[in-house]
Amino acid sequence: MTDTSSQPIPQKVKRGLFQQLELDMRLLGMIGAFLILCIGFNIVTDGRFLTARNLFNLSIQTVSVAIMACGMVFIIVTRHIDLSVGALLATTSAVMAMTQTELLPHMLGLGLDNPATWAITLVVGLAVGTLIGAFHGWMVGYLTIPAFIVTLGGFLVWRNVAWYLTSGQTIGPLDSNFLMFGGTNGTLGTTASWMIGLFATAIAIWALWSARRAKAAHGFPVKPAWAEATLACVIACAILGYVYILNSYAIPTRKLQRMFEAKGETMPEGLVVGYGLPISVLILIIVAVTLTIVARKTRFGRYIFATGGNPDAAELSGINTRLLTVKIFALMGFLCALSAVVASARLANHSNDIGTLDELRVIAAAVIGGTALSGGIGTIYGAILGALIMQALQSGMAMVGVDAPFQNIVVGSVLVLAVYIDIVYRKRLGAK
Amino acid sequence: MMQSNNAQDAAMPSGRGSGQPPLVEMRDISISFGGIKAVDHVSVDLYPGEVVGLLGHNGAGKSTLIKVLSGAYQMDHGEIRINGTPVEITNPRDARANNIETIYQTLALADNLDATSNLFLGRELITPFGLVNDAAMEAECRKIMAQLNPNFQKFNDPVSALSGGQRQSVAIARAVYFNARILIMDEPTAALGPHETQMVADLIQQLKAQGIGIFLIDHDVHAVMELCDRASVMKNGQLVGTVDIADVTDDDLLSMIILGKTPDQVKEKDT
Repeated sequence: MTDTSSQPIPQKVKRGLFQQLELDMRLLGMIGAFLILCIGFNIVTDGRFLTARNLFNLSIQTVSVAIMACGMVFIIVTRHIDLSVGALLATTSAVMAMTQTELLPHMLGLGLDNPATWAITLVVGLAVGTLIGAFHGWMVGYLTIPAFIVTLGGFLVWRNVAWYLTSGQTIGPLDSNFLMFGGTNGTLGTTASWMIGLFATAIAIWALWSARRAKAAHGFPVKPAWAEATLACVIACAILGYVYILNSYAIPTRKLQRMFEAKGETMPEGLVVGYGLPISVLILIIVAVTLTIVARKTRFGRYIFATGGNPDAAELSGINTRLLTVKIFALMGFLCALSAVVASARLANHSNDIGTLDELRVIAAAVIGGTALSGGIGTIYGAILGALIMQALQSGMAMVGVDAPFQNIVVGSVLVLAVYIDIVYRKRLGAK
Repeated sequence: MMQSNNAQDAAMPSGRGSGQPPLVEMRDISISFGGIKAVDHVSVDLYPGEVVGLLGHNGAGKSTLIKVLSGAYQMDHGEIRINGTPVEITNPRDARANNIETIYQTLALADNLDATSNLFLGRELITPFGLVNDAAMEAECRKIMAQLNPNFQKFNDPVSALSGGQRQSVAIARAVYFNARILIMDEPTAALGPHETQMVADLIQQLKAQGIGIFLIDHDVHAVMELCDRASVMKNGQLVGTVDIADVTDDDLLSMIILGKTPDQVKEKDT
């Protein structure tokens, strides 16, 4: 026994600011890397990178990959892989494009911009994605075909099912209501954004407080109050600062004019309206928060991590790991469909090459975000940060004027480097 | 085999011979893996408050036999009865439903989770909102660990950071916390130092006194002599014989393991 500490619960002597705050050093490292990247690009581009406009665009460009990366975390944590997410995105996007432009107008007689169209389309798309994902999971879990093979096959199958469904044509324009999920065409406006920001801040502080109260109620050690307060302040600043940035990106005057004309009104002279929080980013936040709660606070999440840590132990503990696999892949399928909504709405049409190479971006985002391919380790926020870092790198280089081939060379190298840094970091920590 | 002469044996210790059915009867169990008979028509039984040792070389089939009972393997042939009632055990969930708990040789812990999550794995405490109640589980975990291993303090570290003895404490805690009636211990002291081995021995006595039946799989004849009431010896997938520990010496058990024959003086009594 190495424990020599006395009863009942020892208060460890803590040194250093970061230890007192009990922050995840990995998370700090990633945030640091992201900030260095942003500031570096900002200097090179003479201040064009850190503008409200660019951060807004960066956000809406990241959403599609980030949503799928959240699901990929669960897949990789259970020691599987999904190579078919880009293809699945294409198929669900094709299904939804055909539903809103062909099926609903011609078969049900709903016009292209009928208020029911987008809702029906959404339900159909999400259902198809979930079913295909569950089918993959059934083959992996119950037929015990390796996930690599199932999804490699799925990669070819679904990419070409999408092609077949649309005859390879670009389908558009999509339903105008459906486009609200894309980003610039669907934002909440400044007031609602502030309200959501304040609401989110309140929830975050309440969550911190209730976790502390639960610990204290059982007499477990808690962080010092000032550490908790500092953390709460940082979170509040981050949330409200982000809302402030999104609100300060003003809708271009011409576009605003068109919006007023569409409503049959005239625009007041000199009016400035901020975009605010895009609906697509709100969807990502909801997905991220929900899946973080699932990962940490539900049996399903606990079983995912247990299965990843030791599949035999999970099975012997009475966990139905086969059904679990089906559920995880079904969730991945659902998230692919959700990404397809965002991606096709952002482009305002379904193109045959939508989602190409997304499987690699999604896996890279999860891995850069600290998900271990050996299973059992991974976080949702890490995957989203990973997606954000990759997107920042890509669009920053595009702004600087780096040639397209070099952009991909850099992104690929960064992926390998990030994983190597992670290995060194884990070795130094002594963890496996 | 065993079940035929139980009733006649009036001198048997701890719950046996009182006319009540055994806690566990495994009758005529067979299981093969690709033509190899890992367990070949073996019958063993276990009474409340009794420790039955399972002895044999590596590959004798003792772990395989016991994995049938814990639901990890499915038998090809045979019957399991609990308190005289035939039961179906096709997976670990069935075994748990019958209050059968197992401490595996490999400990079967999820290394990336902390002690509390491992203790409650598959049976988490839930808040009214359907979320796992970590604080309540940790409190329970601290309570039981205080009994089993008062030195244990690493409640918030993944179990990969624990020592062999600490990991064993977690595995044992998991087996005894949920009111086990039948406990299977697969070489529980294999990775332990002398202090922790004694801790396990004390625990076994404690559990016996509570009327729990224990199957103890071990290589070590001395440990079996010390801890068990009876011993069943297996060789090449077959049962060599079941003997009362009181009737045999270390050498008798060793010769059963090595030669695969029951010593004459014991055999006479047994038949």
